[in-house]
Amino acid sequence: MSRRNEREKAPEGRAPSSEPTDHGRRRFLIGGVAAAAGAGGAAALGLHDGELGAPPETDRGSIPWTEGTADAPPGASGAGYVFFTPPEAAFIEAAVGRLIPNDAVGPGAVEAGVPFFLDRQLAGKYGRGDHYFLGGPWPKGTPEQGYQSRFSPAQLYRAATVAIEAYVGANFQGAAFGKLAPEDADNVLRGLESGAIVLDGGVDGKTFFAMLLQNTKEGYFSDPIYGGNRDMGAWKMIGFPGAHYDYKEWVPRHGEHVPFEPVGLKGRSGWTDGPP
Amino acid sequence: MTTTLKPVDAVLVGFGWTGAIMGQQLCDAGLQVLALERGPWRDTPTDFATGFAQDELRYMWRHHLFQNVTYDTLTIRNTTSQQALPLRHLGAFLLGTGVGSGGVHWNGQIWRFLPSDFLTKSHNQQRYGKQAVTDYDLTVQDWGITYEELEPHYDQFDQLCGTSGRAGNLNGKIQPGGNPFEGPRSNEYPTPPMLQTYAPTLFGQAAARLGRHPFPHPTGNLSQPYVNPLGAQLGACTYCGFCEKFGCGNYSKASPQTTMLPYLMAKSNFTLKTECEVLRVELSPDRRRATGVTYVNSAGEEFFQPAELVILSAYVLQNVRLMLLSGIGKPYDPATGEGVVGKNYAYQTMSSVNVFFDDKILNPFIGAGALATVIDDFNGDNFDHAGLGFIGGAYIAGMVTGGRPIEMIYTPEGTPNWGLEWKHAAARNYLKSFSVSVHGSCMSHRGNYLDLDPTYRDVHGRPMLRMTFDFTANEHKMSDYVTDRAAEVARAMNPREIKLNRRIGSFNVGPYQTTHNTGGAIMGTNPSDSVVNKYLQSWDVPNVFSLGSGAFPQNAGYNPTGTVAALTYHAAREITTRYLKSPGPLVQA
Repeated sequence: MSRRNEREKAPEGRAPSSEPTDHGRRRFLIGGVAAAAGAGGAAALGLHDGELGAPPETDRGSIPWTEGTADAPPGASGAGYVFFTPPEAAFIEAAVGRLIPNDAVGPGAVEAGVPFFLDRQLAGKYGRGDHYFLGGPWPKGTPEQGYQSRFSPAQLYRAATVAIEAYVGANFQGAAFGKLAPEDADNVLRGLESGAIVLDGGVDGKTFFAMLLQNTKEGYFSDPIYGGNRDMGAWKMIGFPGAHYDYKEWVPRHGEHVPFEPVGLKGRSGWTDGPP
Repeated sequence: MTTTLKPVDAVLVGFGWTGAIMGQQLCDAGLQVLALERGPWRDTPTDFATGFAQDELRYMWRHHLFQNVTYDTLTIRNTTSQQALPLRHLGAFLLGTGVGSGGVHWNGQIWRFLPSDFLTKSHNQQRYGKQAVTDYDLTVQDWGITYEELEPHYDQFDQLCGTSGRAGNLNGKIQPGGNPFEGPRSNEYPTPPMLQTYAPTLFGQAAARLGRHPFPHPTGNLSQPYVNPLGAQLGACTYCGFCEKFGCGNYSKASPQTTMLPYLMAKSNFTLKTECEVLRVELSPDRRRATGVTYVNSAGEEFFQPAELVILSAYVLQNVRLMLLSGIGKPYDPATGEGVVGKNYAYQTMSSVNVFFDDKILNPFIGAGALATVIDDFNGDNFDHAGLGFIGGAYIAGMVTGGRPIEMIYTPEGTPNWGLEWKHAAARNYLKSFSVSVHGSCMSHRGNYLDLDPTYRDVHGRPMLRMTFDFTANEHKMSDYVTDRAAEVARAMNPREIKLNRRIGSFNVGPYQTTHNTGGAIMGTNPSDSVVNKYLQSWDVPNVFSLGSGAFPQNAGYNPTGTVAALTYHAAREITTRYLKSPGPLVQA
């Protein structure tokens, strides 16, 4: 069943790299993923779908499945920031803390680990603009035309942090964003959200705010393997059981509370020695 | 340097649903078939195993299974007076790539269009007068094919997928519990409907109280195990809630992987090459015959693949672009209305109503891509449009595809998007809210079309496709009307409150709507107003066939895949029974 595909001799065999190759993208043993993920977190573990360099293949005669491989998720690991500089980290922690504040109802973004999540995302493929087209020219466009920045997400965060701190310094007696009173910080964020605050440095504040809010919610609610949603606190708050696979028996049980503890892709703390 | 390869009988450009169906049919007829797919190989245990498939960030938000726009995207604008700019990040629609393509990460919503949907122009003109089909510069057309002609092929696709549902019209006899508005079916669905969770059940009860006709959504998320005619075995859906935008690790969502590839990949006359992108179709000097395709692989090597038959089985946007790049057919000009390639691009008109309860736990995380109770009372011409000022309609679905929290937290009217108030609203409402979706038609319009962009180019140096599109007054009126009908059902559920998300303003590339792009390679009865005939054969180059939703002259109020598949089977039957015996035009112009 698991026999490798019988690969025919390709007629274009003269061209060396068009030879039938060992199957596809590099695959990684599931067990090897955690070890392979370095401090860079989402650092490239292998060739991604659509990425140049993924070898062409010719398949004939059976499903070209290869035993013991899987396109398992990259995850995040390590501690501390690898992308954010200290001033950037101070801004991010203050900003996401206002976007999702902490209280008894549920964790805030900082408590859920969102800054660490953002750091690993921006240090990795997402930050570099994977699945973005960034080629020119770059006219501003209409609101309906969506993201039109030349910046990758990492570049936008970098440029926006500088521009926002410059705005805050000029309008709040030289203060940094992280030192603002909560209501002042909220007003700055609202000004960015609405476009009322115009930033220097070629940064569209509204575009950046939309990205920051989206990424913050991603870090808050995504699987804990990416470094946010610490202890699945955001899932517990809303009642989402996480990466469960089978709800068949619950389908006809209308209106009943499903008493499952959340579970992530790597299980949950009760299953392992430490927090996932 | 371009290397010329050994000829094949048929080359398939793209290997999703249409490529797999056509490949299987042509291989069974004995042809040597080569499929060229620009993305990678994908299979269930390797690419979306249950151990890691339930990952909202990676698949939905990081686009892991979607087309990577870094290498190829398109430009978009609302009107010809604007400059089209690149779609720099997928949003409104989520294009597929790789083996199985959109068939991997679709919902599994399997619909048939209404008999009257195939007669959009003549039917509406007859019932409502000429201006009903010309108001707002509409350019709607009849399809040149009827529901009756397609029915056996809709049935073929149901048998392939094992579609779960309940017939509403069996050979003309209305059946209790099904959709009474549907066209006659020759067979009951292969498997019974899915069981409904709480929210779709409440929706159905409320709709019935209002005198509507609720029925379970027909679905390729299977209610029970099924073995299809090709011997492929599918399992019962587990309602995991990670379906659309994700691959199914459970072999319970119909896809090329689960229904066809075990059969097709085993055939000795079928070959698949991945990471190979077709640059253009090559034509004979008189441009009446395709000689094959030129493609480049991911190592940058270029090949010419001679073929007797060239099947464009990529997504609609790529099929149309390849025709324009290859000089097949006359490009459409919106200023004069002349030309056909790129004409009548259309989309889907989506809106929704969020419903919030205080006293009912809905458990939205128990879901599936097509888990819904639906009413079709306000779709197509299932209701009297006299005096309404629009044609077309929408189905209304009490639908729960999942409760993935980055995407699917609903908060009441007036809730801010962030801050403590947002967090509290999320915590309060997550388990007790859901969304009623309004899935509307989109008529074609003189100013909505596809052509080649004059400025932006892809990694190969080819012009990007340019999309010019906006919703017309017809679509806004239709959507508002049916959204109001959806709100009536929502209110009849006696919730604490509802929130209407109307289809407001111009088409926006950002927020996800649906990946139902149609038109541009439309079918019809003659070459003056269509690109392909009823067998999806190019009028201009008869050994080129263009499959997929590009053939739709306008888009109906249903998900397109059932019709896309039926048209493909219909074309394949004609190729294998008539064309191969006597290659040439299957319809005389």
